[in-house]
Amino acid sequence: MGKTAHEIVTSDRFKALVRKRWSVSIILTILLFVSYYGIILVIAYGKEFLGQKVGEFVNWGILLGIFGIVFAWLLTAIYVVWANNVYDKEVDSIKQTML
Amino acid sequence: MGGATTVGETNATAIIFFIVFISITLYITYWAAKKTKTTKEYYAAGRSITGFQNGVALAGDYMSAASFLGICGMTALKGYDGMIYALGWLVGWPALMFLMAEPLRNLGKYTFADVVAYRLKQKPIRIAAAIGGILVLWTYATAQMVGAGNLIKLMFGLPYEVAEVIVGGVMLMYVLFGGMIATTWVQIIKACLLLGGVTVLMLIGMSHFNFNPGVLYGEVQKMYGVKMLNPGGLVTNPIDAISLGLALMLGLLGLPHILMRFYTVPDAKAARKSVMWATTLIGYFYCIIPIVGFSAAVLVGKDLITKVDKGGNMAAPLLAELLGGSPFMGFIAAVAFATILAVVAGLTLAAASALAHDLYLNVFKSGKATEAEQVKVAKIATIIFGCFAILTGIAFKGQNVAYMVGLTFAIACSGPFPAIFLSIVWKKLTTGGAVAAIIVGSISATVCIALSPTVWVDVLKNKEAIFPLRNPAIVTMTLAFLAAWIVSIAAPDKEAEGKFEGTLVRTYLGVGAE
Repeated sequence: MGKTAHEIVTSDRFKALVRKRWSVSIILTILLFVSYYGIILVIAYGKEFLGQKVGEFVNWGILLGIFGIVFAWLLTAIYVVWANNVYDKEVDSIKQTML
Repeated sequence: MGGATTVGETNATAIIFFIVFISITLYITYWAAKKTKTTKEYYAAGRSITGFQNGVALAGDYMSAASFLGICGMTALKGYDGMIYALGWLVGWPALMFLMAEPLRNLGKYTFADVVAYRLKQKPIRIAAAIGGILVLWTYATAQMVGAGNLIKLMFGLPYEVAEVIVGGVMLMYVLFGGMIATTWVQIIKACLLLGGVTVLMLIGMSHFNFNPGVLYGEVQKMYGVKMLNPGGLVTNPIDAISLGLALMLGLLGLPHILMRFYTVPDAKAARKSVMWATTLIGYFYCIIPIVGFSAAVLVGKDLITKVDKGGNMAAPLLAELLGGSPFMGFIAAVAFATILAVVAGLTLAAASALAHDLYLNVFKSGKATEAEQVKVAKIATIIFGCFAILTGIAFKGQNVAYMVGLTFAIACSGPFPAIFLSIVWKKLTTGGAVAAIIVGSISATVCIALSPTVWVDVLKNKEAIFPLRNPAIVTMTLAFLAAWIVSIAAPDKEAEGKFEGTLVRTYLGVGAE
């Protein structure tokens, strides 16, 4: 109880919290980059593939575009679920035991 | 199909809807004015906005008339490329969530400069941040104001200058009297109208295709050939496309009017919730906009769309007229007008905070001024930027300002973004390093765009561009990070490093956040 900023910041729990936060953030950011730039590069180099029909009129390109939006939204949702269930609880617990 | 249109003539329903919108929003401004006495209320709505409300307002700030009408038109005329262009506008939101939203909320007070200056020297940071911030806001406001003048001329038949003065005048009323509370509610109302209007347009459009996107694509293919559904010329140079993607994605993380919204909510958890809602609404918006564009291509026809406006900006209003007659067209036109008003109001408030909070209070007054004086100066700054926006809007009449939005995002991701991000994560960042990042990033982005094919060839009519890329972000953002690194390593600042520990508790636990 009543620890100084220095004690909190150098504690293992705090360090683990920050590490975990950035691991999750960076993994999600990488997934976002890979999906978005993946789509851009497929459009640049795979025009023929994207033109192939999946249904009668829908082609891979249209599906990929919609996938891009849905996937970006999903990543955001994953972050929120993680932060609400893991991050916030750990923050509360650190605050209770150390402040 | 492809018959006469009344687009461009004075439309009674449009005027009625618009007057109703203005009356309601001015009434809200009157109500907000009574609650706007302190700087916390003026800049941050007293931190009383909920996560959901702020999410809707963020979506409102981001969904401009240019993206609504522009992406509809682009899909109607170019098909698939319009759809992919829309995707680029969404991907910044997850990045904002992962990299910045919560630390930004915990560290700041009213502006992003609060975050950067938190453990560094106030004055140099504030000056650099104000320069970078105003540059971003001014280029964005100019694009919006010129777009506003043209659109209103097209839709209502009003003279360009009158449109500028109306947009500027009404917007000033919101910001001047109602501050952030009024601006937030104007954004929320506008976002609901825009999302609702586009949803109705999409549903009525789809009813002509049995609510089956496959049938719609089939009709598009029958009328215009399979080319409309395939990737076209949008991604010809992959490096340019990657650079554009970077600017769109990370530029969002440097837009002062977006970042400022995070201070209207009580805590980091609410900030997180705002981004989730904003991402949901904006994602939905960009999913249905291409459907409206494709529907317009089939039902209205490309010939009429290009006849009314070469760029295709009138695709959505024309579709509305065809499906719901001139009352529905009037409603969509009024929504577009309201959209412009709300976006410019958000920009003006952010500019006022940069001028009054960053420059006046923290540079000229060294942080010492009474509440009453600060609010007064904030209002004066609001009037200055508002009038400036109207004047530049008129000065740029008839100019091609398409490059201005690209410039906004290029500067935002090269100037403010590297400085904010590094100040959150990098212990060794110094005052000089942060200033170098903002100045090098902002200036190099501006210069590179001026020398790029977009301005040097398309606007200034030179034969060959000096800088090869249309989107310089990949180069200029790298330069900004390099500048920050070199300057910080060359002249370390032990004092700022020592203060880093204290900021960590606030960044990650929210302890001491305002």
